[in-house]
Amino acid sequence: MRHPCLVSTSDPRPSSAVRPVAATDHEEKVRRKDTRLDNYVDRYAARTHGMTASAIRALFSVANRPEVVSLAGGMPNIADLPLDAVGSILNDLVVGNGRVAMQYGSGQGEPMMRDAICEVMRLEGISAHPDDVTVTVGSQQGLDLLTRIFCDPGDVVLCEAPSYVGALGVFRSFQCEVAHVAMDEQGLDPVALQEAITALRAAGKKIKFLYTIPNFHNPAGVSQSLERRMAILEVARRADLLVVEDNPYGLLGFEGDPVPAMRSLDSDIVVYLGSFSKTFAPGFRIGWVLAPHAVREKVMLAQESATLCPPVFSQFAISSYLARHDWRGQIKVFREMYRERRDAMMAGLADHMPAGTTWTVPAGGFFVWVTLPPGLDSQAMLPRAVTARVAYVPGTAFFSDGFGSRHMRLSYCFPTPERIIEGTRRLGEVLKYETSVHETFGTGVRPSVIMPYEAPGANQN
Amino acid sequence: MTRETRETVVVLSGGLSHEREVSLRSGRRVSQALRSRGLEVIESDVDSTLVPRLAALPGAVVFPLLHGEAGEDGALREVLDLLGVPFVGSVGSACRVAFDKSIATTVVADAGIRTPAQVALPHEIFRELGAQALVAALGSHIGFPMMVKPSRGGSALGCSKVETAAELPSAMVGAFAYGPVAVVEEFVEGTEVTVAVVDRGNGPTALPAVEIRPDSGVYDYTARYTAGATRFLCPAEVSDEVADRCAEVAVRVHRELGLADLSRTDMIITADGDPVFLEVNVAPGMTETSAVPLAIEAAGWSLGEMCADLVQAAALRGARRPLATTNQV
Repeated sequence: MRHPCLVSTSDPRPSSAVRPVAATDHEEKVRRKDTRLDNYVDRYAARTHGMTASAIRALFSVANRPEVVSLAGGMPNIADLPLDAVGSILNDLVVGNGRVAMQYGSGQGEPMMRDAICEVMRLEGISAHPDDVTVTVGSQQGLDLLTRIFCDPGDVVLCEAPSYVGALGVFRSFQCEVAHVAMDEQGLDPVALQEAITALRAAGKKIKFLYTIPNFHNPAGVSQSLERRMAILEVARRADLLVVEDNPYGLLGFEGDPVPAMRSLDSDIVVYLGSFSKTFAPGFRIGWVLAPHAVREKVMLAQESATLCPPVFSQFAISSYLARHDWRGQIKVFREMYRERRDAMMAGLADHMPAGTTWTVPAGGFFVWVTLPPGLDSQAMLPRAVTARVAYVPGTAFFSDGFGSRHMRLSYCFPTPERIIEGTRRLGEVLKYETSVHETFGTGVRPSVIMPYEAPGANQN
Repeated sequence: MTRETRETVVVLSGGLSHEREVSLRSGRRVSQALRSRGLEVIESDVDSTLVPRLAALPGAVVFPLLHGEAGEDGALREVLDLLGVPFVGSVGSACRVAFDKSIATTVVADAGIRTPAQVALPHEIFRELGAQALVAALGSHIGFPMMVKPSRGGSALGCSKVETAAELPSAMVGAFAYGPVAVVEEFVEGTEVTVAVVDRGNGPTALPAVEIRPDSGVYDYTARYTAGATRFLCPAEVSDEVADRCAEVAVRVHRELGLADLSRTDMIITADGDPVFLEVNVAPGMTETSAVPLAIEAAGWSLGEMCADLVQAAALRGARRPLATTNQV
């Protein structure tokens, strides 16, 4: 039976008698569906307006497939964790102390967790009191809370150029303006910092803080020397500028002892963000904020309204792990594993990148920052790379202002050394082909359209 | 068609194409719709486990919701035929023609349906003959504004509207990032509509046209998959006569290309009410922001009913052999 709403050319001249909607214009109007497929489209807050689907981000869904060598994600490789030891620690925790560990807890975080965090921070020269620590849901939430308590729409946050895509997302969601400050091979440039502060203040802008990643920068792969840290802090002190130091990778250096944290050099103007995601495991979602007392009070109150309390069970689990396992030894194991992968990445790039390509040599952490020959656009090239079964993050993800198309971030944390080499080989082929396309058409690349969420999700490798 | 059976349906989605994410969304929605009709649904990606999985499910019907290459170019459907697995939708040979814009447009134009002026060019020809001369020739032959698209692919990925000669090279580079051949088309001004064609066993019939009005003016990836970014009107706000013409074009495209079960033809209605064919999809999107589910609803069905009917028709039809279809195009 044919449905009355259908038009068919099996009857060569469809008559209006089988029109989809009823006879009169009035009824037709009544029955026409006029929709945006979202009943709430007019009600969202202004800060959600940038939250749209992105073709670039959708490509990362392919990157997660095993056929693709993903040099895109930032997932730590936790395959080497002693799961039997962690398992018995968790078993004892539930059996012995489950009623407390599974209860609500303190908004600031559990005391034994904050004690242990202070012990971890001592490895990078920080001396802190547990009362000044607030536990957060990963350091990502710490950054969210800091931005929440400091920033009104239109306030300026100073960031490195490039900067961590997840931080740019937080700043954007609070409608901050991001001003990027130049870096060199030693990280953030203090002269450029001073110039930016002067220019922005002269333009009447309110700068709320500087966000910096001093160790094994994500995505740039460089680290600030001790002298550089002191110079940056000197500029900040003179300008009365708050510094937010984000340090997830500090203990994952391949050479020598960690450089003292900025917070160890100045406890008044530095707020420090730390995390167990890379030194232990990200699934527990435990990070922290170490802040001067007045800031800490506000962070803690903001934390209570956001979560009531940070995950209690995770804090008990991590505290037990730190107390009962050789966690320092485990970090050494991680370091050696990442060093081997970094070496594979360096060897692969040296073998397979076309002339004119340059890259940073990270002394720790997860990432390499690659600069492509002039004219190539890493964002426009990504579909070709995905077709060739290799993925990276285009440099544009790490800028809020449209720059970065000549760059890409490669990660070596998750794939094995063999896969890393294979990934660089595939990437070399892609670059070669893309270069030939550009030679054909000249180098007039389109300015890339910037979306705030064009990077893999945290659960992507 | 009222047979009381409980077919097992294998909904295929994902794959390795650029549209994997969209395909997963389509697959989820169709799976839920089929389950709501009481069917047993297995959701499956396309990888090396697929063939043994299908072998272990005799009698299962496959519902391919793979967008982009392998899913829509016919390759996977050829495999399903080889394996003797019944499936919903067009056979491989028909998909191969329909999926490639450079070929489909020619076939459709030969059938007397209005299409935009189009030139299909592989990257190599620009390199060998010199891009400058070809770009200039494209400008004079097609004129501005023009559309540049990869010849194979969907969701508007790699597509750009080019207003001036200066923008053309980068648009070409953008299209070539998605594949080795690009098509350059005359830009057709007018009302954008898409018309689904469904055949539940008694001949292809057009569903009410869906009119598409993206807020940004361009129905690109963001406008397609951000809920709220595009206004849909169904049936389209056009006269009955124009709606009939659109329906007729969609059904003719479906027939001319030898498509089966379900297709969706995108077109532009010019100011004088003439529909111009843009492209046809053999695995139209079924996501929460896709047009076909709206058309199904406007036709008075639910997505679940429609999909279940297509599954049942595929089950009754059984396996199709590739050789039996060689004369369809």
